Amino acid sequence: MTAHLRNLQGNAACALGAIAAGCRFYAGYPITPSSEIAEWMAAELPRVGGIFVQMEDEIASMAAVIGASLGGMKAMTATSGPGFSLKQENLGYAVMAEVPCVIVDVMRGGPSTGMPTRPSQADVMQARWGTHGDHPSLVLAPHSVAEIYSETIRAFGLAERLRTPVVLLYDETLGHLIETIATEPPPPEALLERKWAEGPRREYRPYAAGEDLVPAMARPGDGHRAHTTGLTHDETGFPTQDPERVARLLDRLLGKLEHHRALIEKVDRVETEDAELLIVAIGIAARAAKAAVGALRRQGVKAGLFRPVTLWPFPEEGFRSAVATAKTVLVPEMNAGQLVLEIERLAPAGVTVHRLGRYDGEPIAPEEIVAAARELVR
Amino acid sequence: MNEIALTSADRFDIRDWLRLEMFPHFLCPGCGHGLALRAFLWAVHELGIDRDALAVISGIGCAGRLSAYVDANTFHVTHGRPLAFATGLKLARPDLTVVVITGDGDGLAIGGNHLIHACRRNLDLTCLLLNNEVYGMTGGQVSPTTAAERYTTTTPAGNCEPGFDACKLAEGAGATFVGREATLQVPTLKNLIREAIAHKGFSFVEVISDCTEIFGRKNALGNSPEMVLRQKAGMRPDNWGNKVDRPFRPNPFPTGVFVRKTRPEYLELYEAMTAAARREERD
Ligand SMILES: Cc1ncc(C[n+]2csc(CCOP(=O)(O)OP(=O)(O)O)c2C)c(N)n1
Ligand code: SF4
Ligand SMILES: [Mg+2]
Repeated sequence: MTAHLRNLQGNAACALGAIAAGCRFYAGYPITPSSEIAEWMAAELPRVGGIFVQMEDEIASMAAVIGASLGGMKAMTATSGPGFSLKQENLGYAVMAEVPCVIVDVMRGGPSTGMPTRPSQADVMQARWGTHGDHPSLVLAPHSVAEIYSETIRAFGLAERLRTPVVLLYDETLGHLIETIATEPPPPEALLERKWAEGPRREYRPYAAGEDLVPAMARPGDGHRAHTTGLTHDETGFPTQDPERVARLLDRLLGKLEHHRALIEKVDRVETEDAELLIVAIGIAARAAKAAVGALRRQGVKAGLFRPVTLWPFPEEGFRSAVATAKTVLVPEMNAGQLVLEIERLAPAGVTVHRLGRYDGEPIAPEEIVAAARELVR
Repeated sequence: MNEIALTSADRFDIRDWLRLEMFPHFLCPGCGHGLALRAFLWAVHELGIDRDALAVISGIGCAGRLSAYVDANTFHVTHGRPLAFATGLKLARPDLTVVVITGDGDGLAIGGNHLIHACRRNLDLTCLLLNNEVYGMTGGQVSPTTAAERYTTTTPAGNCEPGFDACKLAEGAGATFVGREATLQVPTLKNLIREAIAHKGFSFVEVISDCTEIFGRKNALGNSPEMVLRQKAGMRPDNWGNKVDRPFRPNPFPTGVFVRKTRPEYLELYEAMTAAARREERD
């Protein structure tokens, strides 16, 4: 298939990436700055035989997406901060019942209604810890329109393959940024797909998993007649409070993403080999950081950038190797200090970690990062 | 006497439809929800629905727990949201018969908004709302259908809110099939549920159930048979609207089918209206 070069905004690339990944169901509720994703899906899905539905709120949207996925469709919803908060309970259901789905959060200024049209990166921790209870989170953080397209495709692959909700996290700037990208749908054989239950019903245990810790899913109509619940369940799928079985379920749920780190993790490194000053950033702040690294290098500062494209689970090994030569780490982020907490946790002894934050609705400029970095290496 | 020949396939044995490995069940002795489940399974049996193509989605509560006992594709979802989950499932899988079981708290309080919009949307779903006037599962708190002045654990001095009429709500919101029956007459309830499932479009059935253990005790309504007799005293069969004996029937509620109409079903309409786009070649 030939690549189409197109001028697209990030939100459009997200919708087209979803369709390229095989998404055939979208349920959502309008909210700035994510609404274009819904509008594109409403227009595009019928063309590929898919279904678009605007639900009565974000809670219902998340529920409908899970319902469609339980029926066997690849399904997605998109929202922004306030709506992301509303989706959290059902997102936890998708974790517990292991239902593949993709949730896009186009971040805007908060808390509360905040600044609907201004960018922010203040949902880094909501994306990690938004739903209640101990749970793993899989969150991808693209930094360009092209990467929104490719990471949306990757999000579906990971969701389907690992039977987990996947959050795609980017900010308003990227959602509305227009860039020229090649939209090249991957060949079907390149997509990661869900494992469906096969074989006789007698032998099927809905939540029994093999070495890969991912159970095969029953497709309604295939004769397995499984039970799905958000209650703590054992391998039969029926509720249990037996401490041993409860622990076994949570061990597997928490271990599942750990086990598949090699598949999940993705990082981007710019000039980190000899970097004495390591910048860690995601999304639009990482774009500024890339420019800053170039400027700092020209000024003789050994700067580098580590960008966790997979934000959660945090790519710890990738960070450790990137930080190996560094004396100082700088974390520019458009919030009051969220990603920096993880960096502080992982930074080796003797490396100092600094944060450059702004939460006034403006993106961080390269010059700000350069100035902050020069202060640190002086 | 005429003998009617019944083949074993015709005969309804509830055990054929239950996951017996889940027994003993969790319901309190005398709980009306068990009768509602019986009527539902009987209806499904009479309709000849293939259990592999039957999906039962329930929310959280004693009513919500029922799905786990049904030998079908069953989904026990989050509190108040079964209709929203069902909307996604049915849109993705129109080949399935999708039935939602919800409670008065699940379907009218936390899930009230989803009920309104499911009625309006008219997707081919059936919603069975088991109304026992109380939050049974959480220990007997007041619900949106608790009658005025009743005692619950959160209205120790009596309920100062009026209970509301779920059928009128469903009708007002545009449901194309609306009916109510009590667990007093299981065959009548079965017939109503049967018609509701067979109806094309969104159908809403309110089942007057009884929480004997908690609501019954708290309000001194007697044992389970006495509570069922109270249902009888309150009923207006076939929507008679007979007001003559009202003073003798303190809590009257009409039963029967209140709405039975046709309106284009949601998915059929969606497919028809997007047909042009569906034919378009993607560039
Ligand atoms: C979000 C959320 N809020 C509260 C609860 C606690 N809760 C469980 S069941 C229930 C009420 C159920 O009442 P109803 O729907 O009438 O069902 P019944 O038990 O009476 O059959 C509540 C409030 C919950 N599980 N989830
Ligand atoms: S608490 Fe009430 S509603 Fe729940 S099972 Fe017991 S009698 Fe039934
Ligand atoms: Mg109740």
